[in-house]
Amino acid sequence: MAENGLFLDDVSIALNGHRLVALAHSVAPGEVLTVMGPSGSGKSTLLAYIGGFLAPAFEASGKVFSDGLELTALPAEDRHVGILFQDPLLFPHMSVGGNLIFAIPASVKGKAARYALAEAALEGVGLAGMAARDPDTLSGGQKARVALARALLSAPRMLLLDEPFSKLDAELRGQMRELVFAKARDSALPVVLVTHDAADAEAAGGSIVRIGNAQ
Amino acid sequence: MLPRLGPPLAVILLTGPILAGLLGTLLPAFGYLPALGGTAFTLDHFAELLGRPGIMMSALVSLAAGLVTAAVSLGIVALFIAGWAGTKALSRIQHLISPLLSVPHAAAAFGFAFLIAPSGMMSRLISPEITGWQRPPDLLIVNDPMGLSMMAGLIVKEIPFLLLIALAALPQIDLTRTRALSASLGYGRIAGFVHGVWPPLYRQIRLAVFAVIAFSSSVVDVAAILGPTTPAPLAVRLVGWMSDPELSMRFFASAGALLQLCITALAIIIWIGLEHIGAALRDHIRDCGLRFRRDRWLARTALAAMVVSALAIFAGLATLALWSFAGLWQFPNALPDSFTANAWMKTAPRIAAPLATTLLVATLSTLLAVALTLLCLIREDETGKRAGRRALFLIYLPLLVPQAAFLFGLQLIFVGTGTVASLPALVLAHLVFVMPYVFLSLGDPWRAFDRRYEAVAAGLGKSRASTLLRIRLPMMLRAILVGAAVGFAVSIGQYLPTVLIGAGRLETITTEAVALASGGNRRIIGVYAFLQMLLPVIGFAVATLLPALIFRHRRAMRV
Repeated sequence: MAENGLFLDDVSIALNGHRLVALAHSVAPGEVLTVMGPSGSGKSTLLAYIGGFLAPAFEASGKVFSDGLELTALPAEDRHVGILFQDPLLFPHMSVGGNLIFAIPASVKGKAARYALAEAALEGVGLAGMAARDPDTLSGGQKARVALARALLSAPRMLLLDEPFSKLDAELRGQMRELVFAKARDSALPVVLVTHDAADAEAAGGSIVRIGNAQ
Repeated sequence: MLPRLGPPLAVILLTGPILAGLLGTLLPAFGYLPALGGTAFTLDHFAELLGRPGIMMSALVSLAAGLVTAAVSLGIVALFIAGWAGTKALSRIQHLISPLLSVPHAAAAFGFAFLIAPSGMMSRLISPEITGWQRPPDLLIVNDPMGLSMMAGLIVKEIPFLLLIALAALPQIDLTRTRALSASLGYGRIAGFVHGVWPPLYRQIRLAVFAVIAFSSSVVDVAAILGPTTPAPLAVRLVGWMSDPELSMRFFASAGALLQLCITALAIIIWIGLEHIGAALRDHIRDCGLRFRRDRWLARTALAAMVVSALAIFAGLATLALWSFAGLWQFPNALPDSFTANAWMKTAPRIAAPLATTLLVATLSTLLAVALTLLCLIREDETGKRAGRRALFLIYLPLLVPQAAFLFGLQLIFVGTGTVASLPALVLAHLVFVMPYVFLSLGDPWRAFDRRYEAVAAGLGKSRASTLLRIRLPMMLRAILVGAAVGFAVSIGQYLPTVLIGAGRLETITTEAVALASGGNRRIIGVYAFLQMLLPVIGFAVATLLPALIFRHRRAMRV
């Protein structure tokens, strides 16, 4: 068993007796595991299982470890997985800064310290000074970067990416890919990327697992 | 932990009072009520009931009101959606009609009466130029013996309800493609709708139609204002017997309540028969290959009926408002000679207490209903199981059982336990009717929430409670407040529960207004009915403005 990074120990997910995913794999810190499959193949359920928010209709078995800690024994909120979806899903009722501060762990005390951390995170994704903005007034690319900054601020154990680049246009997509993978390497986070885009897999550079009809 | 209690609590609070109330009606109807010396079962009270003069006519009017109201309002709504779904005309009408749902039945009925009475607004507008009337004609329009004006008043009030329920169910049906398909097969718009869209749509709104039948066949306030008097519809006579000071009348009134239950059940059974006939007719037409391509006239007629029914309520409400501020207003003048606040000043001191009770009961029952609904919906998320058909039936149950049939028994129970006319008892009685509407209003927006937001929050290390309080509830604030405003409006409009459980000691604006109906002082009625209409409007204004204010800098939170 890999002591460091993410380890998927015979994870299997089924719906109505039909197996969608069966996987045993380890992902070292800073590395990317790409799971490819056509839409509807159930590849997103793997991320939901790791994160702890799989819908009750699915039957799943197998364990997930992070740095030797069994995540599947923990509730979702104690697993600390940073997750990025197709849509940025910034909380629409909070400012950009509010979204970021919401993500900062409670262990960071003091309003000033938390504000400074949020501001630094914005700067880290090239959006310095945007904390007071209404998220809905940002461009698609800016929203995606705020979502990334938010995920990183929560001090996650890993990043789970659910086709996060598919709704960006071609040029932005390349930039965003580089930014996400660079940030993951810098923070030594294991990454699980779910996609149907071969270019994503290529840019990720790690091992590739195919599920569903593509198998 | 708490959400686990939601569904059982909701079931107990919805079905408990109904079952207990039905039992409390059933036993005395057969002579069993030990507190009043009834210990032996007997059919005497039914014999006495059937010997009452005009009882058959009362029952028939009630039966007819249920069926006619449902048939006409459903017919107009169906033809209107068939002809206009997906057009701008439909969304305009929808916006026009939505607010009418919150107008209490009694206020709408008063407005309608003020509009169509011989000395009403319509007659004034065309007199004396067209009619030549210098004084109100001696016609029995309001309170006509057949109950036609009562049915008309019910129809204009049920149309908004059925329209909104049907439009809420419509997105689950692939309207555009079904229409394209039926058009390509040569069917007219309405015929294509009837064959392709209506069957699945009707299945979803069927309980709401039953609720309309149950309500119209047992309504008290609208019937007391617009309905016939010699004899009055069954439910109105029932309430008279129920509030009779002579205690032995309670056996008799219980037998009457049971008859009401049977009449409503019979109306629904006849309706189910009509459903089969309608379906057979539809299939016969299909098998004959009729296409009905020239149907624009029918669609236009349905649109006109929609507009007229909405305008009737609006014009009625405006007339009410006018009367409450009217000075001298002689027939056939279309406007008062002068305006004065006299009626308002005169009634103000008498209004304070009922107004306070109205607001208190509405606020408490709405808060309870919203909390209970949220618990049920949160539980639904936890288990991943959507409330099924049986749960939907439970939610509709208070709307399907005639109020008079179980509220009287419930009153007897409250009397027996010494809790009648207490605030908790009244709030509980209102909750039974508020809860279904809050659930129906809040359920769909709640389920439409993008739950990936919760996944993101969980990934950020937030507990379920924190995610609920800081993400889900704030993002759903608008839907929750709208649900609350619906519940508030329903509570304001409750007549019979307030009369029976409040036992004449807890008065609300609605009970006071209906009590004025026979008196005929239009200025005072105008004041009460106007207030009755105003309170729900304030509720909806708060539900709209508060989120707009709180989220004024958040573009995505606007509608």
